[in-house]
Amino acid sequence: MIRPTRARLTLATAVLAGTGLLAYGGLRGTLTYYRTPAEVRADPEARHATTRLAGAVVPGSVRHEGAQTVFRLAAGGEQITVRQHGAPPETFREGQDAVVEGVLGADGVFRSERLLVRHGNEYRPAGPTPPADRSGAIAGPRAAG
Amino acid sequence: MGWLAAGLTGGAVPAGLLLAPADAVQGGAQRLMYLHVPAAWTAYLAFGAVLVGGAGYLRTGDLRWDRCARVAAEIGVALTAITIAVGALWGRAVWGTWWAWDPRLVSTALLLIVYIGQLALRDAVAEAGRHRDPAGPDAHRAARWAALAGIAGFALVPVVHFSVVWWRSLHQPATVLAPHRPPIDALMAAALLLSLAAVTSTAFWVFLRRLAAIEESADAAAPGRPGSATDGPPVVDVAPGTGIPPVVGTPAAANLPRTAGAASTVVAGGR
Repeated sequence: MIRPTRARLTLATAVLAGTGLLAYGGLRGTLTYYRTPAEVRADPEARHATTRLAGAVVPGSVRHEGAQTVFRLAAGGEQITVRQHGAPPETFREGQDAVVEGVLGADGVFRSERLLVRHGNEYRPAGPTPPADRSGAIAGPRAAG
Repeated sequence: MGWLAAGLTGGAVPAGLLLAPADAVQGGAQRLMYLHVPAAWTAYLAFGAVLVGGAGYLRTGDLRWDRCARVAAEIGVALTAITIAVGALWGRAVWGTWWAWDPRLVSTALLLIVYIGQLALRDAVAEAGRHRDPAGPDAHRAARWAALAGIAGFALVPVVHFSVVWWRSLHQPATVLAPHRPPIDALMAAALLLSLAAVTSTAFWVFLRRLAAIEESADAAAPGRPGSATDGPPVVDVAPGTGIPPVVGTPAAANLPRTAGAASTVVAGGR
């Protein structure tokens, strides 16, 4: 028979280990909130399980096809075409970063169910001469729908 | 202090809403920054005060330190809840979502839960005792547990702050507190600093008022006891300077922390 203090210690260790495992499992998707196009392409899991892909919306790549929005996300010199179901947020702009949640199809097109816009930590007023890298931002948000 | 806080708030509101220009990318929603960021910074400050108050209590065994730490924890919890609520509005407007399982958001929620837990732990330990005496052995036991939890909880503050640097996140990294400061419009920065002063001074004013109320109720319950507020510095005197009579120490005042904690939980849960 083990002494009560030892039993308590064992129980505490087990609870702590269990909590740690659960926390690690739960936070894996949080600590790496998104992955780059190269990482998504290299991971066979991304073709079955939902992942988050992030990159800059390639200027000129945005097309609206009915209720879907098709565009390319680029990061680190690689691009992935994204087919987004549902309307993107109003802040969705070419040249801005976006995060999409979905599955990479066999045809290499990422089918996204959810689109989030990422914004930088620079704050400036909307001037008459916007910076060159954001000139695409003035072109208008998106078609309705 | 109350007038200073009111004056700064009176200046910060028009500065943030009218004077500062709307952001080129985010539009008017970026103005939520003038509440979100100061609330977050002041919450860091409040949790820092919990750390100092807890350490002070453990060193000296003086319950006045503990009362400071308790009030600071309450304010920190309220401000963290405000940060999350306002951040959710900002996120909805700009990211397109109220919430994301992003390291900054998750760690901030964890921070909120830990300090709600710290307040609950203090309450539970105090309630478990048989001596309902604000300066008795149960008060010291509650203070010791609260100090340990408050000090340990502070480890989360750097995790929250650097979460956007250490891990990939949806949340943008820091601007003003960044090592290489990215551009921020001068008027926007001025509005941000003014609202920081407003939020910090308001929080400090609430801190003093609440502390005065707690000190009075401790005094009323245990007059002349060693370790009670009677032998402490006249912190209570601050409240009359605000022009508002201090809350009279009654048994009802002792119930305030639970109400405050519950209110913040509702704010956090009701997002």
